[in-house]
Amino acid sequence: MLEEAARVLTLQAGFNTAVVVAGTAALGMAGGTVGTFLLLRRRALVSDALSHATLPGIAAAFLLGVWLGLPGRSLPLLLAGAAVSGVLGVLTIQALVRFTRLTEDSAIGAVLATAFGLGVVLLSYIQSLQVGGQAGLGHFILGQTAAMAWREAVAMGVLALAAAGTTALLFKELRLVAFDPGFAHGQGWPVQRLDIALMALAALVTVIGLQTVGLILVVALLIIPPAAARFWTERLGAMTVIAAVVGALSGWLGATLSALFPKLPAGAVIVLVAGGFFLLSFLFAPARGLAAAALRAARLRLALAEQQALRRLLVGGDASPVMRRWLAVKGFHRNGALTDRGRAAARAAERNRRLWERFLIDHPALAPATPDWGIAPIDRVLPADLVRVLEERAR
Amino acid sequence: MTVTVQDFLQIDLPALMAAVLACAACALVGNFLVLRRQGLMGDAVSHAVLPGIVGGFLLAGTRDTLPMMAGALVSAALAGVLIEAVRRLGRLESGAAMGVVFTLFFAAGVVMIEQGPARAVDLDADCVLYGQLETILWLAPTSWSSLLRPAVWLELPRQVVTLAAVFALAVACVLLFRKELTIAAFDPGLAGALGLRPGLFHYGVLLLTAATAIAAFEAVGSILVVAMLIAPPAAARLLTDRLPVQLVLSTALGALAGMAGYAGAAFGPFWLGAEHSLNAAGMIAVAAGGILTLAVLLGPRHGILGRVLGQRRLAAAVAQSGDSLGR
Repeated sequence: MLEEAARVLTLQAGFNTAVVVAGTAALGMAGGTVGTFLLLRRRALVSDALSHATLPGIAAAFLLGVWLGLPGRSLPLLLAGAAVSGVLGVLTIQALVRFTRLTEDSAIGAVLATAFGLGVVLLSYIQSLQVGGQAGLGHFILGQTAAMAWREAVAMGVLALAAAGTTALLFKELRLVAFDPGFAHGQGWPVQRLDIALMALAALVTVIGLQTVGLILVVALLIIPPAAARFWTERLGAMTVIAAVVGALSGWLGATLSALFPKLPAGAVIVLVAGGFFLLSFLFAPARGLAAAALRAARLRLALAEQQALRRLLVGGDASPVMRRWLAVKGFHRNGALTDRGRAAARAAERNRRLWERFLIDHPALAPATPDWGIAPIDRVLPADLVRVLEERAR
Repeated sequence: MTVTVQDFLQIDLPALMAAVLACAACALVGNFLVLRRQGLMGDAVSHAVLPGIVGGFLLAGTRDTLPMMAGALVSAALAGVLIEAVRRLGRLESGAAMGVVFTLFFAAGVVMIEQGPARAVDLDADCVLYGQLETILWLAPTSWSSLLRPAVWLELPRQVVTLAAVFALAVACVLLFRKELTIAAFDPGLAGALGLRPGLFHYGVLLLTAATAIAAFEAVGSILVVAMLIAPPAAARLLTDRLPVQLVLSTALGALAGMAGYAGAAFGPFWLGAEHSLNAAGMIAVAAGGILTLAVLLGPRHGILGRVLGQRRLAAAVAQSGDSLGR
């Protein structure tokens, strides 16, 4: 079993499996890259409507193929239909938001459900036709890697790389639009066309993800990796790279698991692996994760309590037994009295408090950008000349 | 093929009743989601129930409805809490938080389905997506006159009874808490200042949505639930500025979409000479979308036609007053 797992992971378990695993990893990478900008542009759920709106396009393309006498299920035609109707769905949402009083969530929900309903109606009509090949259409809803031929997987990988590459080329423009569309517009950038380009990239990722992940879950590839990456960094470049890596790993591991265990459907497993990365990031990422935030808060609270206790002890007051033991561990307190080092620290704490108080009184409108201001040593937060002025004033 | 009276009464009438009741209930509850800009909560809930439904089935080991509905309610509530947690603690915008949570729930449900026992009894994602409107049968009535006998009504299909109860519950909640819901929807800040606990109403609306959605799933599937939670209230919002009118109008539009969609799916193809009926849940969603489209185009004040006419009239009035000034 382990050997088999190692072989699939390292792409040595048969040509077809290897290509599908590699293609899925590329898909995940593209999803993470494009999704980063969707997330920052607050368009994450527009892609949900986009993916649901591909269904009527798939069905209509199938009917068109039947009508033209093409062999029932021509994949490029189906995917072209999916892309066209997906983009039409997004344009409908934008028109609804712009020209009516409906809010974006209502527009997304209405387009999503109506388009999907239309797709289901068309599918039920197709099922009643006397033509071959209609059985595979249902697979677009939940996805199925097992049915994938190596040529399709290669095409998926190439298109995914193209989507990621285009996003990288447009990095500067997309960044501007994501953070400050008003400024971008004022600078003369074509904000609307860039938005449409972003949606087109999302449509590309969605369409190539349909076969593997299915149209209900493909939106997860666009949302979960960037959301996970957001916890690790405050910088867009790093976030994009992390999202791409998380997406690629999810695609790679998910496709591998599903190749090893036939009972695990690929699309759902890929999404669950991505969810695992999200959970890890949410809890443990150093920049914005829960554990890191809790640790920072606890440290701050401890520093505050320590300073208060030191100041009380300095003027002959008392501290709690736990705090006395803590100060003893730090070498500030011994045999019921402050040590020399403790006295120095207490004086520093007292000075720090006085200066911060003065600062608050003199400059109530200036709040430093660090979260621990008021507790951290003032010389480290404020410039030296300001501290000198405060010292003068506090005397 | 012609539809006999008996076929209509036994097959179409119960399905039609279920569809209309589900649509009306969802449309009524949906008003509060649309007003609070949480329309996509319906979408999230409808995906998030899947693992609960499968889990309820796996735990109980039967295809009884009660454990599956209980499971659905639990997983919907869990998803609601998790979305809120990810949004607050993770500082993500609510759309992304919803997207992360509901896709994960749905993926977990899909994996659970594939593990065997559920497969064996033909429980699959399709049931949840499309519902089973076509399988609701009411064998008691045999002719129009039999509808007058009370005994016939006692044998109403369970789904129809459940949906009627949920619709009644939704109406009762709205009537009882009309004032509070109105304030909480339009001005959460004021609601908080008045001591109304807007958070409580947030979860209350969410729970009512989940209950309505879950009762509706079994009969009509999740597509329809999402469509009905949003499209009729959105259409009504374009037609009126008064909340009571909007509530009544959206419920009526929902019921209308239910009837029109069902008729279009069940009878339309035969009228056009085709041999198979179409998917009713999908067609009802399309009908709801059609109603919204009409409201967008033709709404008297907020529709596109209405606004164009209003601008024309204004332009004419300005031109006229300009004429009178010029003279």
